[in-house]
Amino acid sequence: MKILVPVKRVIDYNLKPRVRSDGTGVDLSNIKMSMNPFDEIAVEEAIRLAEAGKADEVVVVSIGPAKAQETLRTGMAMGADRAILVETDDEVEPLAVAKILKAVVAEENPGMVIMGKQAIDDDSNQTGQMLAALLGWAQGTFASKVELDSDAVTVTREVDGGLETVKLGLPAIVTTDLRLNEPRFAKLPNIMKAKKKPLDVKSPSDYRVDITPRLKTLKVVEPPVREAGEIVPDVDTLVAKLKAMGAV
Amino acid sequence: MSALVLAEHDGGKLNPATLATVTAAAAVGGPVHILVAGGDDASAAADEAAKVAGVEKVLLASDAAYARQLAENVAPLVAGLMDGYEAFFAPATTTGKNIAPRVAAMLDVMQLSDIIGVEGPKTFTRPIYAGNAIATVESSDAKLVITVRATAFDKAAAEGGSASVEAVSGPGDAGLSTFVGLDATESERPELTSAGIIVSGGRALKDSATFEATITPLADKLGAAIGASRAAVDAGYVPNDYQVGQTGKIVAPELYIAIGISGAIQHLAGMKDSKVIVAINKDPDAPIFQVADLGLVADLFDAVPELTGKL
Ligand SMILES: Cc1cc2nc3c(=O)[nH]c(=O)nc-3n(C[C@H](O)[C@H](O)[C@H](O)COP(=O)(O)OP(=O)(O)OC[C@H]3O[C@@H](n4cnc5c(N)ncnc54)[C@H](O)[C@@H]3O)c2cc1C
Repeated sequence: MKILVPVKRVIDYNLKPRVRSDGTGVDLSNIKMSMNPFDEIAVEEAIRLAEAGKADEVVVVSIGPAKAQETLRTGMAMGADRAILVETDDEVEPLAVAKILKAVVAEENPGMVIMGKQAIDDDSNQTGQMLAALLGWAQGTFASKVELDSDAVTVTREVDGGLETVKLGLPAIVTTDLRLNEPRFAKLPNIMKAKKKPLDVKSPSDYRVDITPRLKTLKVVEPPVREAGEIVPDVDTLVAKLKAMGAV
Repeated sequence: MSALVLAEHDGGKLNPATLATVTAAAAVGGPVHILVAGGDDASAAADEAAKVAGVEKVLLASDAAYARQLAENVAPLVAGLMDGYEAFFAPATTTGKNIAPRVAAMLDVMQLSDIIGVEGPKTFTRPIYAGNAIATVESSDAKLVITVRATAFDKAAAEGGSASVEAVSGPGDAGLSTFVGLDATESERPELTSAGIIVSGGRALKDSATFEATITPLADKLGAAIGASRAAVDAGYVPNDYQVGQTGKIVAPELYIAIGISGAIQHLAGMKDSKVIVAINKDPDAPIFQVADLGLVADLFDAVPELTGKL
């Protein structure tokens, strides 16, 4: 089985973005960008399935600027076999991403698509579910465990009340949660090898997908800042202050 | 603008997140209907939904296919009902987040996730970048599909309404997925997202026995829910559904006590709207102190038992 893994280039998770003072958005110039952490988990899961003999090819795909090639190379350094970049400098909303991915799926015929549950920039948590809808496939979202058989995949999901297990017919979409695995670091020889792995560059128009945004961002502002309070010297003072505030 | 709200329920009882979602839907203007999709036992939740203030009608879809809220089955039901509505709202719970985008794609609508404010009939605010920026966004789609951050809206009154309950049906089982089981986290405590007080523990709690021995007595004393950082969940101190943060649960209790939690941006994203924040950490430079109303620089293994004893 082939597994397709969509990956997104986003601000590194350790960094706090600066909101532009004119309210037009977030300033990402000269900021370290990395693979969305949930997508790293998705790549790792696909590679593990390949290593276990349950998948024979792992293809990473990204929709974004030319620089997203770096993100795809990272995926290949981790172990993916080849990559597709659907190149555009426009902002592509989850619905349009799902439509492009649907077209990629039609070309590639994967048995499963494994992707992150959310991107840490727009925090939408939509694309996997949308792709599943457009394809008419089952979806195992927020996965903390994936067991692949020949005709079905059993997915344990992190839900508000605990852990839910569902069984999905194939092909299916899986979106990853934090506990699914711990992604490996690419080793230097693999980073070198990844440079030679095939990377196809396409454009949204190759797939005849209209990526015109449906949402218009009117402004982006900083959230209200929370003032730091006071440091209390001891537990007695803490208790007294809490009581005075009526908090306990 | 007429709005359909997806009820979150466990058969018998309505989840309070539904009430906050009703408030958000009502703010858009126009009548609000609630859809209760569930198994045979869902009529109790529908009766409860009918009493919610401001709700005009309750649609009840009882079918074994909807009992477990499988998105593959519930989304086509919702999409089929949307001919009669201009907006669909679901709480941004794991159930809502699973179902709503599937509905949006079926309707060819770009969803607005996790809204925290209603600025106009098609204009909403939502946090991005782990809450480090707030975007005001306007939709140009013919219909709206929205998930609602429950902590950002007051709950609609659970009593006072007298909506009619109408039975509806949908395509039923899509034949794509089956429910296997739920390993539910058993707890007598208040539910995390609706608790008035939360005591949260981080990596510093060492292991599950130490977490239990340190955090539980304080939570018991305060009648509090227990939360955790990702690090504490990853290390197996507590179950996954205790995680507070950008990618876990969003909470805003009256009092949030962060114990041995450093205050990474991903954690702050989930709790910084709490009314009073207390932090106990031995590192005076821990970022959690930048949002805490009251900070205590101390070893938690001394301070927490002392605090429990003195409350
Ligand atoms: C994609 C992604 C999503 C994430 N989502 C979330 C999320 O939703 N929620 C979340 O919480 N995190 C999330 N994280 C993780 C986050 O970045 C941090 O790693 C995590 O919050 C750290 O947890 P912690 O504060 O318990 O641990 P640490 O950062 O290790 O902090 C432990 C703290 O305990 C203090 N300490 C140690 N011993 C004692 C003692 N004896 N007494 C007092 N204090 C002590 C230390 O000074 C330190 O400040 C996410 C990360 C990524 C990449």
